Amino acid sequence: MEFKLSEEQELLRKTVRDFAEEEVAPKAAQMDEEEEFDWGLWDKMAEMGLTGVPFPEEYGGSDMDNLSYAIAVEELSRVCGSTGVTISAHTSLCCWPIYAFGTEEQKKKYLEPLANGDKVGALGLTEPSAGSDAGSVKLSAKLDGDEYILNGTKIFITNGGRADTYVVIASVDRSKGHKGTAAFIVEKDTPGFTFGKKEHKLGIRASYTYELVFEDCRIPKENKLGQDGDGFKIALKTLDGGRIGIGSQALGIAQGAFDQALEYAKNREQFGKPISSFQGLQWMLADMHTQIEAARLMIYRAAYLKDNDMPYGKEAAMGKLFASETAMSVTTKAVQIFGGYGYTREYPVERMMRDAKITEIYEGTSEVMRVVIGAHLLK
Amino acid sequence: MAKGIWVYVEQLDSQIKKVSLEVLTAGRKVADELGEEVCAVLLGKGVAELAPTLGNYGVDKVYVAEDDSLENYTTDGYANVIAEIVKENEPYAFLYGYTILGRDLAAQVAQKVETGLMSDCVEMELEDGQLVFTRPIYAGKAFVKATCPESRPIMASLRPNSYIAEENKKEGEVVKVNPNIGDIRQQIKDIVRQVSERPELTEADIIISGGRGMKGPENYKILEEAADVLGAAVGASRAAVDAGWVPHSMQVGQTGKTVSPVLYIACGISGAIQHLAGMGSSKCIVAINKDPEANIFKVADYGIVGDLFEVVPVLKEELQKITA
Amino acid sequence: MNIVVCLKQTFDTEAKIKLTDEGRIDSKGVSLIINPYDEFAVEEALKIKEQEGGEVTVVSVGGQKAQDALRQALAMGADKAMLVDPGTDEVDEYAAATVLAKALSGLEYDIILGGWRAIDDGSAQVAGRVAELLGIPVVNTITKLEVADGKATATREIEGGSEVLEVSLPAVLTAQKGLNEPRYPSMKGIMKAKKKPMDKTTATELGLDSLSAKVQALSFSLPKPREAGKVIDGEAPDAAKELARLLHEEAKIV
Repeated sequence: MEFKLSEEQELLRKTVRDFAEEEVAPKAAQMDEEEEFDWGLWDKMAEMGLTGVPFPEEYGGSDMDNLSYAIAVEELSRVCGSTGVTISAHTSLCCWPIYAFGTEEQKKKYLEPLANGDKVGALGLTEPSAGSDAGSVKLSAKLDGDEYILNGTKIFITNGGRADTYVVIASVDRSKGHKGTAAFIVEKDTPGFTFGKKEHKLGIRASYTYELVFEDCRIPKENKLGQDGDGFKIALKTLDGGRIGIGSQALGIAQGAFDQALEYAKNREQFGKPISSFQGLQWMLADMHTQIEAARLMIYRAAYLKDNDMPYGKEAAMGKLFASETAMSVTTKAVQIFGGYGYTREYPVERMMRDAKITEIYEGTSEVMRVVIGAHLLK
Repeated sequence: MAKGIWVYVEQLDSQIKKVSLEVLTAGRKVADELGEEVCAVLLGKGVAELAPTLGNYGVDKVYVAEDDSLENYTTDGYANVIAEIVKENEPYAFLYGYTILGRDLAAQVAQKVETGLMSDCVEMELEDGQLVFTRPIYAGKAFVKATCPESRPIMASLRPNSYIAEENKKEGEVVKVNPNIGDIRQQIKDIVRQVSERPELTEADIIISGGRGMKGPENYKILEEAADVLGAAVGASRAAVDAGWVPHSMQVGQTGKTVSPVLYIACGISGAIQHLAGMGSSKCIVAINKDPEANIFKVADYGIVGDLFEVVPVLKEELQKITA
Repeated sequence: MNIVVCLKQTFDTEAKIKLTDEGRIDSKGVSLIINPYDEFAVEEALKIKEQEGGEVTVVSVGGQKAQDALRQALAMGADKAMLVDPGTDEVDEYAAATVLAKALSGLEYDIILGGWRAIDDGSAQVAGRVAELLGIPVVNTITKLEVADGKATATREIEGGSEVLEVSLPAVLTAQKGLNEPRYPSMKGIMKAKKKPMDKTTATELGLDSLSAKVQALSFSLPKPREAGKVIDGEAPDAAKELARLLHEEAKIV
């Protein structure tokens, strides 16, 4: 076993950290306040190759491994959870299924501009009555000659509204349940495809969350990803990988809050000495740090397994579960350490606490993670 | 053996730089302990008239090299002439002020005569007969004491405001030098002077600086008004420079200018370690900041937790009354 | 166009400085970066290369760790790197310049770039000394550079303004902040950097048998921590009045 990053991974971490601290961090509070993502940051990330980290160069990617990708999302999330999830949803939930299940033509046409950052991607999975129960999608896709006609809605779609390319899970045959599902690539501005309301959220407020509305939306049948019946499988596989992304986001948020809290504890003085000299605080910091390190090992291991073509579904679920609960616990403690100041928007820890909560919910709630892990154990 | 303490005297438009008088004062002190002469070197066009002033600041001899081609500073021209003077006279020590010009020149001369040079020193003293220099490193986060044990002359440049210039009447005998200027490879195409009534940041006794809390470039006016009451220079933090509000030439800190004024007034500056590195050696620091937790208060002699836009104008008026 | 950039690895600007038990500067646990002024030089070299074509070589004098700084420059887009181990810790500006000049004399160069100073020892000497050793002109603290027809036209800061200088190439030019905005290494650049040549050599291998420093460091110390002073209470106008009074009567500055 070797617990050491490669030279490239170390340089990637340093590079993304510098970028995050110099370019993203100064904007994070304002983006949160205004509930608006600064797409100028996207362009800079595209230029650096952060929009397609784990894909081959021939498809516009940076040809790095999944561990590198996890580190990149972690470092972005360390200063801004919204930026982390914008990259993560794009990469894991849209680029990856096209890379894994797309035909050569689909990869050339859709993956390349996504991975090189010309375009932004999203996944349309969740519906009003199909959240954790991803198999019960109602969005219907009916074959009509050379086209499929889509009807229905998707909700809570990260990067929705701004994304140019959507992977959408639909039902081609409702009678077959999840075996009657298929995945489709839908481009923005396709007639019949519009956006509903923008969600106003507790956290990750700069990340776009929209409703997708399909009304007799016709798409060419060659936009189907995989075969009829593959939709549910594609969704689950995509979420397996997505959990590495969200786990990394959670890890980054936790690390960011911890770094802030540690610095504050060293500098803030009460009763004539730094508050870090009080044992109660030291114990808190020690627990936070230990949890973060454990989460990091789990996430990195899941990414390592994926990179080495080994099963990683259970490990990704465990990593996501542990990292997201760590993020919630660490950010809450960070606010506590900051005291009254931590509760105000003068300091970033309250934003981090708000951002952390969603990591326990999306791409599979903590409860679903336990179900997934349990299912793996009892298989 | 020893052949005097020599000082390169910097002038601009026939005005001797304050730092040069400070270096002369420091040099005189050491020279007296050693029983040595202090010699000044003056280069330019029509600068011989400055020699009597130098005599008032403890200079025994003033070596003057005048030439049309020395009217404006060039690295090659000045370094050639001074290196030749050094080789001919073999000084014990040769000192400069650590200014833009001084540091450019010092490195070239030091290499031409193949000796050691200690840059940006804040103290010079004799320890067991050895000339020892103290210089800040890591932008003032540490100090090193160093010496040049063998090579002569010992070269060093002193940071402005490290010594207070003191008058000390000496001969100031003028020695004309026929400069051998040689080939000047840096051709001056243009010189742009920014006319400013305010003192140079690194030489100012008082600096009033604004950071992120200034909120925009237009607000620097209130600092400028206060600066003019005090005869102060106006500085800025990296945050303000990076935001594009003010030019980099105003930046104080690790990647900007290092200053050590008598009074440094920090307005809306949080006090990042990089900023403190650039102004931490100021004799008196005043911090005005809304955030009571701002780092700057930890180093400030006087602090006001409040809105700089309310504090600075009143401060200006009050100081105006005092200085009137 | 052959462009050589001299770069130094330094402590991060945020690093807190401590002393070892032996009273030297403690580098343990300090994160290291490319000296920020040298990073401007790397960026400028890449810009010249993009415009004029050619090759960018980055050279550093230092220990094995300095490889990270060179690798970063390669990831930014430099073509090859050279690391020279001086073989001693006693490297002053004279010794560093001697090693660099020796290394550079084995390379082809039209332009040599560097930062005007390193943020650690802040000496602002090495580039100028290298120019002198190589017998080529130097222009320090440039904020603008144009290269054409075998000449460099550079704007540099001077006391109270700026000047524009022209020098024939080859020449040494040192970067001041404001010259450019250094790029971040791209992910592809990071992947390619590993395959780019990194020539590792030593001062001895370059034929410098006895490298001796001119300046000798005697001792290191840390500044006395400043004590937090008086916080003046009260509403802004009253506090401002009180401050003016204290500056006048107590501190006796104004």
